[in-house]
Amino acid sequence: MGEFIMKILEALFGGGNTPVSQQIMYLQMDLLKDIWETLYSTVIATVFAYVIGLPLGVILVTGERGGVRPLPRPLMQVLNILVNLLRSVPFLILMILVIPISRAVVGTSVGTVASLIPLVVAAFPFVARLVEGSLRESDRGVLEAAQAMGCTPAQIIFKVMLPEALPSLITGFTTAFITILSYGAMSAAIGGGGLGSLAIVNGYQRRMNLVLYVAVILLVILVQVFQSFGGWLAVRVDRRINRAAKKTRRPKPERAGVH
Amino acid sequence: MIELKHISKVFPTADGDLQALTDVTLTVNDGDVYGIVGMSGAGKSTLVRCINLLERPTSGQVLIDGADLCAMGEKELIRTRRSISMIFQQFNLLMQRTCLKNITFPMEIAGVRGEAARKRALELLDVVGLPDKADAYPAQLSGGQKQRVAIARALASDPKVLLCDEATSALDPKTTRDILRLIKDINRRLGITVVVITHEMAVVEEICTHVAILDHGRVMETGTVEEVFSNPKTEAGRRLVYPDRVVIDQFPAANVVRIAFNGGSSYEPLIASLAIDCGVKVNILGADTRNIDGKAFGTMLLGLPADPAEAAKAAAYIKSQPDVTMEEVRDYHG
Repeated sequence: MGEFIMKILEALFGGGNTPVSQQIMYLQMDLLKDIWETLYSTVIATVFAYVIGLPLGVILVTGERGGVRPLPRPLMQVLNILVNLLRSVPFLILMILVIPISRAVVGTSVGTVASLIPLVVAAFPFVARLVEGSLRESDRGVLEAAQAMGCTPAQIIFKVMLPEALPSLITGFTTAFITILSYGAMSAAIGGGGLGSLAIVNGYQRRMNLVLYVAVILLVILVQVFQSFGGWLAVRVDRRINRAAKKTRRPKPERAGVH
Repeated sequence: MIELKHISKVFPTADGDLQALTDVTLTVNDGDVYGIVGMSGAGKSTLVRCINLLERPTSGQVLIDGADLCAMGEKELIRTRRSISMIFQQFNLLMQRTCLKNITFPMEIAGVRGEAARKRALELLDVVGLPDKADAYPAQLSGGQKQRVAIARALASDPKVLLCDEATSALDPKTTRDILRLIKDINRRLGITVVVITHEMAVVEEICTHVAILDHGRVMETGTVEEVFSNPKTEAGRRLVYPDRVVIDQFPAANVVRIAFNGGSSYEPLIASLAIDCGVKVNILGADTRNIDGKAFGTMLLGLPADPAEAAKAAAYIKSQPDVTMEEVRDYHG
């Protein structure tokens, strides 16, 4: 039986230089470590992207004219241009552009830790736009009510805007996390580890087809798991939905955010 | 006391400036239920937003108990706003908070927390008749219930003034009456001054003591509800008080007069006695009668006979009646 499966695998994936049995050994050795590296770098990058992107997204909404706490227009223009600029550079090129920053911050431009820098630089403007979008959905009437009640701008932001937008922020977070996951896979190009590196360097460049497919399938599964969980959580926390009606509601389909 | 002095508001738009309010001056005394009424686009919502400075007037003064809101710094303004509550057509509750947490919200932002706030919120839920909805979310409530929660929230900061911006316009007639009764009750029991913005005369009639008629951003007339309803002095006032429910074109007649009953009189005897005493038959083209505080008010559109002598006789007879005023309708197209 096992031999039969091996034969099929050999026929499917044995086209390269490495026999399937060796590819399997390779996977057994590295797979867990690669999954871990993918998750770890995605989580760290997402955290930092939100540390910068969340306040920036809030400012993009509250700082504009007629916002909760208007800021000088030139400052708003600079922020908008900065976000657009970073959003428009393809990630593959951005990785190369930020090499000097990586060297300055982590001392090297190669490896998993160094690959976090371009990830964060690419993701925080994306996160800022996602947060901006979520907050723009907030009901103007509710903000007006809060203002009429004598809320300070900070109270409006922290007690009204952010809590009221929580379901949408969670949906955005899911999108951001998945986008960063796929950016991370690309960072194999500059020596980042993880499933992306497994697929590109070992799977593709060393022509280990089985390794390539396993890595890709695992990435797909990870994306599905996080998307499903994020969608479930967004509905779960949303109090605008009646419990009875909850079953029929589905999370909004996500736009892919990958360059 | 709320004093609006020479309030003007201009909105700059792409097509030039939009003059929303022009030289609005009015005074709301403590304990009044003051109706500001006008057609849509008359500037009512802008005006009420000027009272708590959600809209900053382009010129003029907003005085609350003598203090000018426009001259206040942000901190002082925020403190003053906490004594002026507001309810809205769309309720504007926090959808991710329970009813109880919505009601504690104004206390929370003012620094009152914990058990004291909770107790007060439960009391207020009782006041508005929803003692069992503390843990429900707004999405689980009907429109009328949401407005009750909004009213409870508005009362949580112990305000001096309650502003109602079309607060019943999204509700059905029965719920509207219940909510109005609640607002009136709050005004009487707690002595809170109420300013009501509405396009519905029925709302003014139901709860207001005073009324201002707003048209194209100007105050056309002000007075007690009795004064304005029994005898509106301006065209805008008449349009609102007597929305012509009859298309007068359907009734050809030569001399059309509008008579107004100012209380104390009833309708049929006048027309009947006109026929008996003068032998003059008049045509009732339309009638709109109201009952305000137990007195009869209303208006009737009469077609007098074509013969000038008979018409004059009828007119003289009507004019001689107490509590009745008469005017010719010039814009009538026979």
